[in-house]
Amino acid sequence: MKMLKSTLAVVAAAAALGLTGFAQAGAKLDAIQKKGFIQCGVSDGLPGFSVPDASGKIQGIDADFCRAVAAAVFGDATKVKFSQLNAKERFTALQSGEIDILSRNTTWTSSRDASMGLVFPGFVTYYDGVGFLANSKLGVKSAKELDGATICIQAGTTTELNVSDYFRANNLKYTPITFDTSDESAKSLESGRCDVLTSDKSQLYAQRSKLASPKDYVVLPETISKEPLGPVVARGDEDFSTIVRWVGYALLNAEEAGVTSKNVEAEAKSTKNPDVARLLGADGDYGPQLKLKKDWVVQIVKQVGNYGEMFEKNLGAGTPLEIARGQNALWNAGGIQYAPPVR
Amino acid sequence: MQNQISAPKQRLSLSDPKVRAWLFQIITVVAVVAMGWYLFDNTQTNLQHRGITSGFGFLENSAGFGIAQHLIPFTESDTYARVFLIGLLNTLLVTFIGVILATLLGFIVGVARLSNNWIINKLATVYVEVFRNIPPLLQILFWYFAVFLTLPGPRAAHGFLGSFFVSSRGLNMPAAIATDAAWPFVISVVLAIVAIVFMTRWANKRFEATGVPFHKFWAGLALFLVIPALCALIFGAPVHWEVPELKGFNFVGGWVLIPELLALTLALTVYTAAFIAEIVRSGIKSVSHGQTEAARSLGLRPGPTLRKVIIPQALRVIIPPLTSQYLNLAKNSSLAAGIGYPEMVSLFAGTVLNQTGQAIEVIAITMSVYLAISISISLLMNWYNKRIALIER
Repeated sequence: MKMLKSTLAVVAAAAALGLTGFAQAGAKLDAIQKKGFIQCGVSDGLPGFSVPDASGKIQGIDADFCRAVAAAVFGDATKVKFSQLNAKERFTALQSGEIDILSRNTTWTSSRDASMGLVFPGFVTYYDGVGFLANSKLGVKSAKELDGATICIQAGTTTELNVSDYFRANNLKYTPITFDTSDESAKSLESGRCDVLTSDKSQLYAQRSKLASPKDYVVLPETISKEPLGPVVARGDEDFSTIVRWVGYALLNAEEAGVTSKNVEAEAKSTKNPDVARLLGADGDYGPQLKLKKDWVVQIVKQVGNYGEMFEKNLGAGTPLEIARGQNALWNAGGIQYAPPVR
Repeated sequence: MQNQISAPKQRLSLSDPKVRAWLFQIITVVAVVAMGWYLFDNTQTNLQHRGITSGFGFLENSAGFGIAQHLIPFTESDTYARVFLIGLLNTLLVTFIGVILATLLGFIVGVARLSNNWIINKLATVYVEVFRNIPPLLQILFWYFAVFLTLPGPRAAHGFLGSFFVSSRGLNMPAAIATDAAWPFVISVVLAIVAIVFMTRWANKRFEATGVPFHKFWAGLALFLVIPALCALIFGAPVHWEVPELKGFNFVGGWVLIPELLALTLALTVYTAAFIAEIVRSGIKSVSHGQTEAARSLGLRPGPTLRKVIIPQALRVIIPPLTSQYLNLAKNSSLAAGIGYPEMVSLFAGTVLNQTGQAIEVIAITMSVYLAISISISLLMNWYNKRIALIER
């Protein structure tokens, strides 16, 4: 009978566990502070966004965003551990709690925001759009000439859906070949398995730079969709998603205010601009309101840089990608990057 | 009277082994059910709490993406349920072709390993040792990237007879388009098969009664060729051939075997055949040499000895391990995700999972499908095994 009793106890405990377990607001933030680092999901190798360098350190704007969050939460940008994920693995990794933030060139869409147990905090790391990379030998000048083409796509992306929409809308036929990783797609484009490779335009430049002879390939002029790429977190902790959102806005506000990694410490001590004083914690309690330290923005900018610095370091003219700011310039410089004020 | 021992009362006692056995059974059932219920309930609660939509309603939604190979008609506006069906059919296609080819190749190599011809024997040994010892995923990647994708593009395709084209886009071949005479032709083929069945029965009966052999194979082949040919002469050609043509980027018209399918089938066939060859060899070896000597002393030639004496006895040893090789092949087909062949895992547990985010439902469906495929193969092979088992008299 003892055995039966213990079985019953297990059943009761199981029922209790099954019925409880509701997470409270702040639980994720507490858990992160307790373990002492942020587990950040990045891509499986996309130059400019997240790719391991020669020493194995992950470089790129997506990786730097996670470092900025770590700088805000811990005051130390190195307290990040990275998980490299392919497009198919990314959401499950976040849903299951394996990673804390997914910063992996992921398109913000309504269904991903609403039905998957995930939430896009609202900061867009990079405004992108789907384009086509074609072998210049084909002599194609426009995506409209792609009737009957074979197209390499990365599996499980919004690109798969957008390409289908575009070809249906323009009454063109195509054959999709889908691969798990961008490297496999690129290899198949080079071998001629597909006529064109399609992906977010930023990725096309990145992938072209990895091909054996990048000069033989052209990016077609069309951009066929809106792809706002940004970080994602799991639902259930609004404190944490608010922090992630405001780390993004802090990066933009710092650039707008002219605060850079070089002058941030001096500015924090001696600024006369009330806007900058609030941003850098010299005035007000804006950091503690977010459950962060007062100097959170100082730490972010000092250790990682502002948005403009991040962009130039990873994607800009000084890099092999040579991507212009375009839509990703600040709102007062012709772009659409706009952050609400810190006050 | 006082000393008479009263009959023991039928009471439930833990010292009764029967009662104990039942009790343990009940406890086990309760524990398993409780565990299952706990997992289910906990998952439901967590999904609900995290705001993850659950249920199978998503299968009704429109998929909105294209698929490279579909055996049934498909457009982007079809549902996820149809995508599932296409993935399933693509998996079954690879499994079916793979099992047949691997069995044929495996039998040939297995027999070749026992050959007295030194070169054939050694070639078969090298084949088995090489392909058995390389992981199947590597073989798939090899066939795909190193063999099929290095073929020239469609504009420089190798053509054969002006209607078969081999390129990095796969094997393009003429498609058979049914004409009005297709139905009579199908009926004539069915008639031919029925005729062959009757002829075989008659020949077997006569053989058992009189011992006079009959050339069943040649007679069957003749029936199979003559009846449909007559039909085609009377009603006209049952199909017309649509030859692929190079138009724009690719070949238009005709049938195409995509390189992903070719690479996957070839790799799985070659890999599994190496194991089957060893199984066949061990099966044949298990039949004692005395059987061969007995058959020879009865005057049977080597061919009939192998077919009528050795193989039937060897099959008893061969079939059970062969079943597990078939199961392996079916399951290994999921490695296709590495080369983008649209089967269950790549298409349904990959793309659909990612587009819908319904991880638990999609994985549950996918696992059930593999379970169903494997159990079907097992049942079929067990049935066959029973049929050929030695009936001891």
